[in-house]
Amino acid sequence: MRIKRTTWALPYFIFLLLFVALPLVMVLFYAFHGRDGGITLANFVRFFQTPEDLHTFVYSIEIALITTVLCLLLGYPAAWIMSNSNLSRSSITVMLFILPMWINMLIRTLATVALFDFLRAPLGEATLIFGMVYNFLPFMIYPIYNTLSKMNKSYIEAAQDLGANPVTVFTKVTVPLSMPGVLSGVLMVFMPTISTFAVAELLTMNKIKLFGTTIQENINNGMWNYGAALALIMLVIIGITMLFSDSEQEQANEAGGLI
Amino acid sequence: MKAGKFFAKAYLWLLLILMYSPIAIIAIFSFTEAKVLGNWTGFSLKLYENLFSGSISNSLFKAVENTLSIGVLSAFFSTLLGSIAAVGIYNLKGRKKQAITFLNNIPMLNPDIITGISLFLLFVAVGVTQGYLTVLLAHVSFCTPYVVLSVMPKLRQMEANTYEAALDLGATPGQALRKVILPQIRPGVVSGFILAFTLSIDDFAVTLFTKGNQGLETLSTFIYADARKGGLTPELRPLMTVVFLVVLLLLLLINYRSSKNTNKK
Repeated sequence: MRIKRTTWALPYFIFLLLFVALPLVMVLFYAFHGRDGGITLANFVRFFQTPEDLHTFVYSIEIALITTVLCLLLGYPAAWIMSNSNLSRSSITVMLFILPMWINMLIRTLATVALFDFLRAPLGEATLIFGMVYNFLPFMIYPIYNTLSKMNKSYIEAAQDLGANPVTVFTKVTVPLSMPGVLSGVLMVFMPTISTFAVAELLTMNKIKLFGTTIQENINNGMWNYGAALALIMLVIIGITMLFSDSEQEQANEAGGLI
Repeated sequence: MKAGKFFAKAYLWLLLILMYSPIAIIAIFSFTEAKVLGNWTGFSLKLYENLFSGSISNSLFKAVENTLSIGVLSAFFSTLLGSIAAVGIYNLKGRKKQAITFLNNIPMLNPDIITGISLFLLFVAVGVTQGYLTVLLAHVSFCTPYVVLSVMPKLRQMEANTYEAALDLGATPGQALRKVILPQIRPGVVSGFILAFTLSIDDFAVTLFTKGNQGLETLSTFIYADARKGGLTPELRPLMTVVFLVVLLLLLLINYRSSKNTNKK
């Protein structure tokens, strides 16, 4: 008898069901169950009735947004300059901007803590945002650089030939064409910033708490049901971000294809 | 225009200096003994000595050993699982393919903390004692999707009927996989392995949730525990310098390898 090639997928399919799908079902299960075992919404009610957790949640989204915007403002020019200066993909400058992506997040965070120690800067909100931007900037630069360097330069030349000044060329041609890169950069920065936990702890020496830390503390302290509910809330936020960016990305791609 | 070019270059360099100053400071101050970072008390290799023979060294070496062994094992198992699965998935069609691709995407999109918590809850519900094996299993679960993704393009480039041809000529499916399919997808398998290894040794969040409380530490959870206790302890400086250099070397090696490969083609 012949074993069909499709059979090769079966072990992995079972593995995925057991160690990817089932764990997520467990999150749902715990989130909608009380400690006594009955099905309940109490964990979610508790979240909305705990001002501290609610505040942390809103604050984390704020920090993630600020970080994302700052990374975009700092990273876009860098990506644009690199794509314009005829650097090859493996040039030292490009490598240097990408290298930090490969270094452990904790180590990079501690390195920024060292910088603040060195500068005798008190750890707090400012260092938190600075540290986050430090950590995630490469993740913004890389995708934008990628789209910009793959961009067909003749669009720019066409715009110039048709009399557009450099500013118009930039705002009407370069920026719209780089939107797919910007979106994946935004996603690559926003999603991890909203879900980090250790980074904020180390950057502020526990003075400021982000939502990830709240979840971790609850899980660590044995409040699995409440922790699972909080994890589910975070998952919903991330799901919304992805849906939003998915449709935007499609539009951006279509626009890119139409021109 | 000249001035514009100058400012552009200056901006890039400023950004790079800002990005690398933390690691530079750590590297510089790893060569002095001062407890407080920023005090220079003369050149000394004391911190490196402590790292390799001081009180911290035993637990540190254990952590490094765990990191590497978990990295190699999870890379091995996820490469095995993922490469075989990729062959199957490539030949699947319709609903089944959609379902498995959807499941395969989940670990890549999920934030670490969610992956970690979900696996933690599973292990707790089943009642296994968490430790080395649960960490390994967790790592395989988030590494394998990347292996599948790196093998898939190689399968698309492959001649479609060679597998059937091998079977017709009397090979067993196992032989056909080893002798016909594997040689053609090898580059994808190798880069899948490297990717899985880097992801595994880089992981922190998933390990933290699945390592249990039997005292298992990997390098990242060790650093976390240490930094949490006493902030940036002096011994972390040489340690971070060494890690940074190792990553730098690995990256240069991979880059060199891939540029050699593209040159061949």
